[in-house]
Parts: sequence; structure tokens; C-alpha cells
Amino acid sequence: MELLLQQVLAGLATGAIYACMALAVVMIYQAIDHLNFAQGEMAMFSTFIAWQLIQWGEAYWVAFVVAVALSFVGGVAIERVLFRPIHNAPVLSQIVAFIALFSILNSSAGQIWNFTIKTFPTPFGHDRFLGSTVIDTHEAGMIGVTLVLLLFLYAFFRGTRLGLAMRAAAANPESARLVGIRVGWMTAIGWGMAAAIGAVAGMLIAPVVFLEPNMMLGVLLYGFGGAVLGGLNSPAGAVAGGFAIGVIENLAGTYVPYFGGELKQTIALIVIVAVLMVRPSGVFGRRLVTRV
Amino acid sequence: MSAPHDDAAVLPQPQAAAQPSAITRPNGRQLSIAAVIALAVVLPWITESFVTFQLTQVMIYALAILGLNLLTGFNGQFSLGHSAFYGIGAYTTAILMHSFGVPYFWTLPAAGAVCFVVGFLFGFPALRLQGLYLALATFTLAIAMPQILKFHGLEWLTGGVQGIVVEQPDPPALVPVSADQWLYYFTLLVLLLMFAAAANLIASRTGRAIKAIRYNPVAAAAIGIDTALYRALTFGVSALYTGVAGALGALAAQFVAPDSFTIFLSISLLVGLVIGGVGSIPGCLIGGLFVLFVPNIAESFSRGLAGVIYGVILLLVIFVMPSGAAGFARLAMAQLSRFRRQSRKP
Amino acid sequence: MKRLTRRTILAAAPGALALASPLLSAFPARAAKNYGPGVSDTEIKIGNTCFYTGPASSYGTIGKAMAAYYKMVNDQGGVNGRKINFISYDDAYSPPKTVEQTRRLVEQDHILLDAGPLGTPTNSAIWHYMNQNKVPQLFVSTGASKWNDPKGHPWTIGWQPNYHSEGLIYAAYILKENPAAKIGVLYQNDDFGKDYLRGVTDGISGKQAKIVVAASYETTDPTVDSQIVKMKAAGCDAFVNTAIPKFAAQAIRKAVEIEWKPINVLSSIGNSVAGVLKPAGLENAKGLVSDFYLKDPTDPRWKDDAGYKWWIGFMDKYYPEGDKTDGFNVYGPSNAATVVEVLKQCGDDLSRENVMKQAANLHDFTLPMLLPGIKINTSPTDFAPVEQVQMGRFDGQAWQLFGPVLSSAAA
Repeated sequence: MELLLQQVLAGLATGAIYACMALAVVMIYQAIDHLNFAQGEMAMFSTFIAWQLIQWGEAYWVAFVVAVALSFVGGVAIERVLFRPIHNAPVLSQIVAFIALFSILNSSAGQIWNFTIKTFPTPFGHDRFLGSTVIDTHEAGMIGVTLVLLLFLYAFFRGTRLGLAMRAAAANPESARLVGIRVGWMTAIGWGMAAAIGAVAGMLIAPVVFLEPNMMLGVLLYGFGGAVLGGLNSPAGAVAGGFAIGVIENLAGTYVPYFGGELKQTIALIVIVAVLMVRPSGVFGRRLVTRV
Repeated sequence: MSAPHDDAAVLPQPQAAAQPSAITRPNGRQLSIAAVIALAVVLPWITESFVTFQLTQVMIYALAILGLNLLTGFNGQFSLGHSAFYGIGAYTTAILMHSFGVPYFWTLPAAGAVCFVVGFLFGFPALRLQGLYLALATFTLAIAMPQILKFHGLEWLTGGVQGIVVEQPDPPALVPVSADQWLYYFTLLVLLLMFAAAANLIASRTGRAIKAIRYNPVAAAAIGIDTALYRALTFGVSALYTGVAGALGALAAQFVAPDSFTIFLSISLLVGLVIGGVGSIPGCLIGGLFVLFVPNIAESFSRGLAGVIYGVILLLVIFVMPSGAAGFARLAMAQLSRFRRQSRKP
Repeated sequence: MKRLTRRTILAAAPGALALASPLLSAFPARAAKNYGPGVSDTEIKIGNTCFYTGPASSYGTIGKAMAAYYKMVNDQGGVNGRKINFISYDDAYSPPKTVEQTRRLVEQDHILLDAGPLGTPTNSAIWHYMNQNKVPQLFVSTGASKWNDPKGHPWTIGWQPNYHSEGLIYAAYILKENPAAKIGVLYQNDDFGKDYLRGVTDGISGKQAKIVVAASYETTDPTVDSQIVKMKAAGCDAFVNTAIPKFAAQAIRKAVEIEWKPINVLSSIGNSVAGVLKPAGLENAKGLVSDFYLKDPTDPRWKDDAGYKWWIGFMDKYYPEGDKTDGFNVYGPSNAATVVEVLKQCGDDLSRENVMKQAANLHDFTLPMLLPGIKINTSPTDFAPVEQVQMGRFDGQAWQLFGPVLSSAAA
């Protein structure tokens, strides 16, 4: 029983990593109606920028704010320079462009900052949280920030004109244009926001997994998984999905005999797919009706 | 059929691509196919054996990309899991040859059959999923495959992390070619048969049904196409093609290991598909050339920045040819014929 | 001629090489020249494959550091008057790509030998090809035990201590500390991880100690927290941590966080002070035990060591952009130096046969960055060049070596 509790807690702590990334995934999905395969690498790159600023002697919060701001600008710039010219290209061509961006960011980060792991500071410290040895204050802080970001996104998409316009632009660009929404800029701002949220996620994840160019490979996979499991159009669902995956994975590794140890990743992914069979739009996602 | 062999560049020869001009000159298409085949037959005698080996690999990738194309290009389903089928095909060949002493040529149909069954069975549940959800499901397959191949419970069969060594096929006793040339011709024969079969399949009633599902699934269902069955069948056939490619890949590399069949292979195949042209059969060859040669080109510029250069090349190609080489060729031909029409007017 | 070859030449000032080489080249002039592919009076072409792109690109620096070392050798006059032309291609850790690139090296570039190609699955893919075509696959950069097979694969030779025998050494250490230990092993679900696990398993077989938890991770896992929690809950009192640096550091930190205090053994893959112990927290790493064959460039105990000073000088001059805290940058030049030694011993008989003969003819060869007392020895029946390690305990600042130099072959 104690093991179960510990694995669930450890799973929630790891799940916070996925949940954080899943929010960034939902953000970009709301903006471009698609996933961005380079999102993890963008977050990694933002985190390296913050790390570099700290190395140059800037205070943590200065580095944090500058990195988030630069990421926003960078996200907008990537959309304007790279994806605007091919926004009429087939979806698969755009996916290949994401792959190209992935390769460029990953390789240049390795070249600039090399591959040895680096520690990244946390404002929350690494002390015990409420006496628990399994979750530390940083992980608790990360869960807190994820929930705050979630509230922010919820309010943004439901309550602000910009958020509504952005959703409209992504869901139905033609109609949105007719009612006077500048679809192109909505997409660009969506990219910027996704990059900024990714930067926050990266800076929260790095203290746990250590900073290095390949740190987001697995995180992004589970971030996608979490977002898809919870529902790509539901920020709350995505966060719940991220936490769920962390817990499922730990329980599979601990309690599934014979297969569990080596195949826990596979088992977690199969669970996601199985859930999608039953709820094809995710647990909290809204079903879309296809028009002929 | 386009002529990829006569030009190292990635751009196709516009004249050679499958074209509307075939209507005015009915033999143009057949002629260019014959020319490409003739060139393909001659090539091993004018290049060194290493290049022959590389061209064999190009054909293998082209076949794997064709498998993906049957699914994505003609049926509109999106897969990141084809590295798994490629791996299953490769392992089928390796295990049959290594543990059961089956001759290499019989392992190909076996690899195809195994992959067809796996693909079909995977296709059925995957039917409930669309677009990104299907992408995630196939992604799962790609991530799981190396782990399953490493799994200790299967080590007796798969050799675990150490993999299996595959003997290179020897040419038949009376055929005066080297082992590399023999594998090249063997692969070429398989490739031609399977390309022809794919072309026939697309043109058939079944093929039209598959395409109808791509363009409008709901309407296709409304006119009485059993979308579920056709989708699962397409998945099976697609896996079959990629599985046979994997079997040939095992013969060419003479080795299989779990790390040969990671998600990165799926991504390479997807890149090859898009660069060649979604929905184009000859485009698959362009895709194969890209997958094999562009990383080498990127590396020749800079060791440390090879990934950056690869990404930049990829972006440039997408910018110039957003619909791949096949789309580019179509566009170029349309421009050319318009230009001809205009210049004919006095 | 063999006497003239200075075993410790690299430990001496680099200038010594320049002084020694005219002597060396003058001496074997009597012997008939016998050139294999890629060799001329002015050049020796050697090949290599490494991971410069893809998921394992962090290893790419090994190839770059090798190239830097060969450049240094060339600047100092080359080997017996011949410059080394080192051609290294990227295989992205994909075995089929290794086959392609290696065939390019052998059939198009006509290399004399393949020097220190990287990775177990990648080297396995070309193992057969190299032996069939009789091309030396020299000092492969991987610790699988299968490379020491002079009878079955006479054209392939290993270099570093193999993981399996390191596993045996860890088991022996734990048995000495606690004969009834309940052991937890963290390993990568991979060839090298499984070799370590097998080593530990073999080392305790027939003894009272047991492996209670053998937990694997994938390189795409974000953390290994769950595996560590599981080991503590299962009551493990000994921990063999064979993870790569990132996960090794996570595991060390997590064990302290959850107040798990086992006998804590760290494999040589993850024992860098700056690369693992600092990120994990030096205080958290106190008391860890590990084994060594190369000097850790970030361990302060070597700061006045002549070999270390040579290495820093080499890095500054020939690989300034390289990371001086990365153990891979010690590995690369050390491996390359062994190749250079073989070529030196070959004199003017630079045939592939003689390369293998000389590779199996290294006696008490030392390198500046090998641990003191560790020597490279090979023979026609022993294709395992580096077989010795020494254990060390971390005192919170540096590794304190203890006990004798252990021969992993005998362990």
C-alpha cells in the first residue's frame, strides 16, 4: 500500500512534466489546428537561452522573463518567416517543415551548448514538500504553476476577444476572415504564446531532468499523449491527461508482472490508444461533426 | 515513371514524369518507363559495387515509401508507424534464414504476409481514429517496436539487443554477377513487380474506392463503399509493401537489430514520401534518393552542423516544391504546355 | 625497433614525438615497403564512423576529438613520416547507415583500417563484413564482450574494459561489503545495460546475495524516479547504477531525496565529477563507489598530473571548442593514440595483415590519460587492450582510489 501511494505520488510528480508540456501542445493546436513536432525543441532552446543568461550573471527572474519574452517573439518570427510562406502547402509538407525545424534546433543547441548535462535553478528549491520524501518543493511548485497557466489559458480562450478570435481563426479560417478577424496574425500570436508557454514548461522541467539538447524527446511524446488523451481542445483535459500518463506509466512499471519493467512505456501508450478507441476525441474533448 | 537515376540532383526530369501529355502521345509514358528500366539494368555495370549497393538501398527505401504512399497518398491515412512494419519484415527474413534455414527468396512472401496480417489487424481498431489520433496510435507502434524486439521474453527468437546476422544472398551458379549486383537485380525485379502491381491496384475498381475514401470518407460511405474494410485492407497492403522492403533491407545490410527500426526511420520515410510527392508512384524513387543521399550531402558540409544543414535543405525543398517533386513536375509541365500553346499562336 | 617506440611518449612533452619520429622513420627503412590500401609514402588513410546526428549525437564529440588528435600527430610530423588522413562519417546510430558508410570507407575511400568506430549495434552490423573482407576493425569504441574473439573474428579488436567484467567487479565489491545483499540494478534497455546486468548476475551466482529489482529505463524516459522508488520499497540495500550520465545523476539525487542509503555503486559510464556528480549534488554523491580506467578530467585530484596537463594543452590547441568536462574528449584521443601506436609499430609494412599483427602485439603501452598502473596489453589470443580498472570512493570533492589495480579478465 505504501508502495502504491509512493508510485502514485512519483507518477504525479513526473506527470506534472507532461501536463506542463501538454498545455503548450493544446495552445499550438488551438492556434494552427495541428501539432508542432518541433515544440519540444523550441522549449529546450528557450531554456538554454535562460541558462545562458544566468551563466552571464543575470538573476533567475530576469532570465526567466527575458527567455519567455524572447520565445514569444521567436515563435511569432518562426511563423512569419518559415510557416507563413507555406501555409497553403499540404498538411504533410508542413509536418516535414516541423521535422526540419526540429533538426535545426536540436543540432544547433548541441553545437552551441554541447551535450553534457547542466543543472537549471528553481525558485522553489529541492526541499521536502509537506514532509513527503517523494514529491519535493520544486515538483509541487511545478504542479502549481501548471494549474495557474491552465486557469490563464481557460480565461484567455473563454473570456477575451483575442482568445475567441484565435479559436475562430484556427477552427474555420474562411468564416473567421469574413467576420473581420486577421487570421494570419492570430496564427502568429498563437505560435508566440505556444512558444512562451513552452519556455515556461522547459524551465520547470529542466531542474528535474537536467538541461541538455535531447531533454524534450520523451517529454514531448508524453505531452502529446497527455493532450490527445485529455482532448486537444480542452486545456484542463490535457493537464489531467498528462498527470494520468505519469501515474499509469509508474503503475505499469511496478505492478504489471513480466512485461512491466521493460515495456512500461509501451503499456502506457497502449492505454492511451485504448482510451481513444472508446473516446476518439479524448476524455474531455468535444466531438466534432464532419460536414459533407 | 520519372528518371531518377540519370541525375544525381533531387529534381526530376519533367519530361519523364507521368503526364497529361500521355494523352497526345500515348507511347511517351511507356517509352520513359522503358528508358528508366534500361538505364537501371545497365547501371551496375558502369558504377562501382559500392554505388550499386547504395542504389539497391534507394530502391528499398522507394518500396517502403510506396507502402506508406498507398496508405497516406491514396487513402488519406497518416502513419508514423511504418518503421515497425519495415522492422517486422526485416526480422521475418532474418529469423527464417537464421533459425530455419529458409532460402532468402522465400522469405520475401513470408515477410509480406506477416506484415499484411499485422497491418490489417492494426488497421481495424485504428479505423476509429482519425488524423492526429491515428498518427499517435501509429507513433505508439513505432516506439513500441524496438522495445518489443529487445524484450527478454522474445530473445530466443529475435536475438535481443545483439540482433541477427543475415547471410548475403549468393548469385545463382551460372549467373556471372557479383553478390552486390545480384542483390541489385533481385531488388529491381521485386521493385518493378510491386510498382506495377501498385499502379494496377490504383487504377482498379478497388483503387478508386480507396481514393474515394481519401477525398471524402463520408460521401464514399454514402455511395456504398465499405470504408471500414477498405481502410483495413489498405493498411494491410501498405504494411505488406513496407514489410517486403524491410526484408530486402535485411538482405542488403546483412544485419538486423532493434536500433535499426526506430521512430527515426518512420520519420525518414515520411520525409521521403513528402519530398517525392504524396500520391505519386514515381515520386517514391525521388523520395528514396532523398532519404539515402541528402544526409550524406548535409554531412559533407559540416560535421557538427550536419543536422542544421539537413533541416535547411529540407526547408528549402519544401519552399520550392510544397507538393513534392511530383507536384513540382506537374506544375512545370502545365507551365511548359501553356508556354508551347502561346508560342504556337502567331 | 620495438624498443625505440617510447611507451610513454605521450606523457612526455609533445615535442618528443617530433624528435623521435625521424629516428623511427630512418630505422625501419631497411625493411621492404609493403603497402596495403590507402597507404603511400606520404599518407595513411584511416576511416571511422560516429554519431554526429540523431538521438545519440552526444557521442559525436568522440569522433571530433579523435580527428583533433590525428591533426596533432600530423602537425608533429605524422607517423614514420606519413600523414594520417582520418575520414569520419556520420551513421546517426543507425546500423544500416553504418554498413553504408563503412562500405564507402572501404570500397570508395580505400582506407587501410577502420579506427575506433562507435557503438555496439553499429559495430555488430559491420562485424561480418569487415572479417569477410579482411579489413581491420580496430579498437571499436564499445564495451561489449564479444569483440574479444581472435579465433572467430580475427579482424576485429576491442579497446575498453568490457561491461560484463565491470559488472563482475561490482558484484565482487558488494559481496565483500555484504554477502547477503539485496541488490537493485538500474540499467539501460540496451546492449550495454544488459551486459552490465549480466555481469552482476554472473558475479553473484551461487552466492547468498540476490538481485531483487532489475529496473530498466529507455533513453526517452524523462526520469528514473519510479525505478528508484521501487528499489527502496523492495528493501534493496545495494544499488548498482549503470545509467548514462543524465539518469545516473537523477538516480543519485533521488536516492538521497527519498532517504534510501544502500551500498551505492556507480558504473564507469556515469562517474564524471562535473558531468554527473555536480549536477546530482556533490554532497549527495559522497560515499559512492565506482571503477576507473581513464582519468576523469574534472576530478581535482589530477590537476597537477603530467598526463592531465598534456591533455589540457592538447584540448586548448587542437580542440578548443570541445568541452573540457566531457569524459568523451578523453576517450577519443586515448583510443586514437592506441591506433597511432599500432601504425608506428608497423613501420613500413603497412599491410592490413601487419596492422592486425601489431594490434595484437602491444606490450605495457601506457597513455597520458590512462590511470596510473593501467597498461595496454594484447596478444594473438587476447584482443582486449584495456582490461584493468581500479576502484575509487567519492569523498565529496574527488575520487579517492583504493585497492589494487584489478584485472577485469580475472575478476
